Amino acid sequence: MLQIIILILGVAFVLYTILGGADFGAGIVETFAGRKGEKIISKALAPVWEANHVWLILAIVILFTAFPLVYSTISVVLHIPLMIVLIGIVLRGSFFTFRHYDIGHSGTHKYYTAVFKVSSFITPVFLGVTLGAMILGRVDLSDTSESFYEQFVAPWFNWFCFAMGLFSALLFGYIASIFLIGETLTPIERFRYVRLSRVFMLLTFVASALVFVAAEWDGLHLFNDFFNSTASIVAFAIVLLLVPAIFYLFNHPNILFLRLAIGLQVAMVIVGWFAIQYPVLVVEKSGEHLTFYNTQAPPATQYQLLIALFVGLLFVIPAFFFLFRVFKPGDDQKPVNP
Amino acid sequence: MDDLLAARLQMATSLGFHIVFACIGMTMPILMAFSEWRWLRTNEPVYMDLAKAWSKGVALFFAVGAVSGTVLSFELGLLFPGFMRHAGPIIGMPFSWEGTAFFVEAIALGIFLYGWNRLNRWVHWLSGVVVGISGVLSGIFVVSANSWMNSPRGFTWQNGEATNIDPVAAMFNEAWFSQALHMTLAAFVATAFAVAGVHAFLLLKNPKNIFHRKAVKIALSFGAITAFLQPLSGDYAAKDVADRQPAKLAALEGLYKTSKPADLIIGGIPNDQEERVDYAIHIPGALSFLAHGDFDAEVIGLDQFPKDERPPVLITHVAFQIMVGIGMLLALGGLLFLLFSWRWQHLLSNKWWLWFIVLLTPLGFIAVEAGWTVTEVGRQPWIIYGVMRTKDAVSTMPGLQYSFYLISTVYLLLTGLLVWMMRRQIETLEEFYPSSRTSKP
Repeated sequence: MLQIIILILGVAFVLYTILGGADFGAGIVETFAGRKGEKIISKALAPVWEANHVWLILAIVILFTAFPLVYSTISVVLHIPLMIVLIGIVLRGSFFTFRHYDIGHSGTHKYYTAVFKVSSFITPVFLGVTLGAMILGRVDLSDTSESFYEQFVAPWFNWFCFAMGLFSALLFGYIASIFLIGETLTPIERFRYVRLSRVFMLLTFVASALVFVAAEWDGLHLFNDFFNSTASIVAFAIVLLLVPAIFYLFNHPNILFLRLAIGLQVAMVIVGWFAIQYPVLVVEKSGEHLTFYNTQAPPATQYQLLIALFVGLLFVIPAFFFLFRVFKPGDDQKPVNP
Repeated sequence: MDDLLAARLQMATSLGFHIVFACIGMTMPILMAFSEWRWLRTNEPVYMDLAKAWSKGVALFFAVGAVSGTVLSFELGLLFPGFMRHAGPIIGMPFSWEGTAFFVEAIALGIFLYGWNRLNRWVHWLSGVVVGISGVLSGIFVVSANSWMNSPRGFTWQNGEATNIDPVAAMFNEAWFSQALHMTLAAFVATAFAVAGVHAFLLLKNPKNIFHRKAVKIALSFGAITAFLQPLSGDYAAKDVADRQPAKLAALEGLYKTSKPADLIIGGIPNDQEERVDYAIHIPGALSFLAHGDFDAEVIGLDQFPKDERPPVLITHVAFQIMVGIGMLLALGGLLFLLFSWRWQHLLSNKWWLWFIVLLTPLGFIAVEAGWTVTEVGRQPWIIYGVMRTKDAVSTMPGLQYSFYLISTVYLLLTGLLVWMMRRQIETLEEFYPSSRTSKP
């Protein structure tokens, strides 16, 4: 039972990284996407962005229902980065919608765009920071005598966490560039996003190397853990093998395959990381790590949660397919208003 | 500001902000779908324009509602980790059902807003109905988590840990039905009267305008029926509170001394020093009747509870008076509308009636905020009634007030922007919707 919940949590996490990541990334990419960028991005995002972000809510609900101690621990220790993430989510969603729905292209428009772009970058950075802090091992709830800085800032304010943040933002930019190739209508536009995809792919690889270096710097032997895990090496090999495939698809565009390829790449990045980490969710300074097993809710809760998840996914998955089918890329879409 | 107060204020601000959008998200899709249905049946373009104009407002409000809801799912832990650590496994179930309903709502709304030219008309209409149903369901589910805090069930509390957890019993707690009914009706009353008020105002500036006449009629029809039912559900909820949370009832009624029979104390200012309510109107025996259905029944007062288990009387009592007062006024408005509905054509040309509707615009939402103040402040000092105190659940991170200042600033900014944007939407109505230019011959 627990394994199924972990699986669903993992799937929700992967889907949020891909779909939510493409959303965040679009805001990052827009800066480099030329004059038509805003139009293409707004058109692609507007119908789907809210649904994409519900995966995060699903993951959080699973976390506090099935692994309550994990949720309450990171809520206390990582209050500051999480608060920044929340402000980012609020501003980003609101200002994207404001930009889309507010009347006309008056002076306010550029402010909406500015807030949308900045929060699209800050939010993934601090999501990455939060994730980094969960695995770095500086979380310590037991010792309340330490200073505010030691307890609530030091766990996340370090090179490794910000390397994770940078990696997340660049990965999201990469996902978005690839997704947006499918939303373009002319070869020139398509070429622009292909070029962006290449640049962001390169930057993402550089940032991932940076994560490993920063990990060593901050005393986390990620490199060693990575090469001791067969699953991680296999996952990384798949990520690498997909690179030439994606380059091939740049020249022979097949939108579905391209999106599947990037989706698989992202999933493998997460699988590779998960393989090192499992079953630990929060690495504690004291060595008493929080795992899926020692924080799990009682069986009755897990059972009911599974029922809710199954019934829920029964409704949600077909609805999602319908949503994406209605708004399949390339279709001419007339807005509600001229 | 101490951390407990800061955490409570931040939660109050976040919930008070989110609830407005949640109410709109529950009600507007139903109004939109109703208008579209009228269009499908009558082919009058005014109904389609109305549905589209409303849907633009809904898109704005829904986005802010969605992100502020996401904030809440984190804030429960950021502010009250001690609560969520124990409550998560017990009330996770309604949250997961709510998540599902909200998921479906978000997907269906995307289809509704952007699918006008892509779908069969009836399929499009159906997507609107799905938005409405899932919106109402998500509200009902999430209220279950709150009603559990008022009537905790489905676990045994031993040495500071919850054991024998039964999530089904927790979800179907005694307070759920009355609270969910009262909240759902409140969402409809507040939103429908606000919408009617805005369109009534525009009708005053532009009499006989067919677009606004239809809008007022649809909104008031929903508002009137629900406003008429609301006092009944309120009475049911109050009896429920009298049975399960006598301290809350005593605080909201301002009843310091256990009485048999008990007066209904209307208005006034509670005076904790003297343990009486100053300047209030007393109706003998009425509280006994309202709480227990018998004019001679005993009603438990605050004197039955130790001082550290009493909720703040002033806030609870005043908020309750505001809620009930507004509820009665809106029920009266609804009743008048229903009585004269056979001649509503005439009513909608009556300036006095329209001004009356305009004045009611914000009241429903004020009542919603007051009602939540009653239920939340009235439960203090408990976060889980009788089990866990709020002060034991609050985050151990010092300096919580800075989070509160930050989130308040952001929400204040968004509120200002939304009001400004709605004005702009309304000002340009005629540009986009031909039918909003036509007048009744």
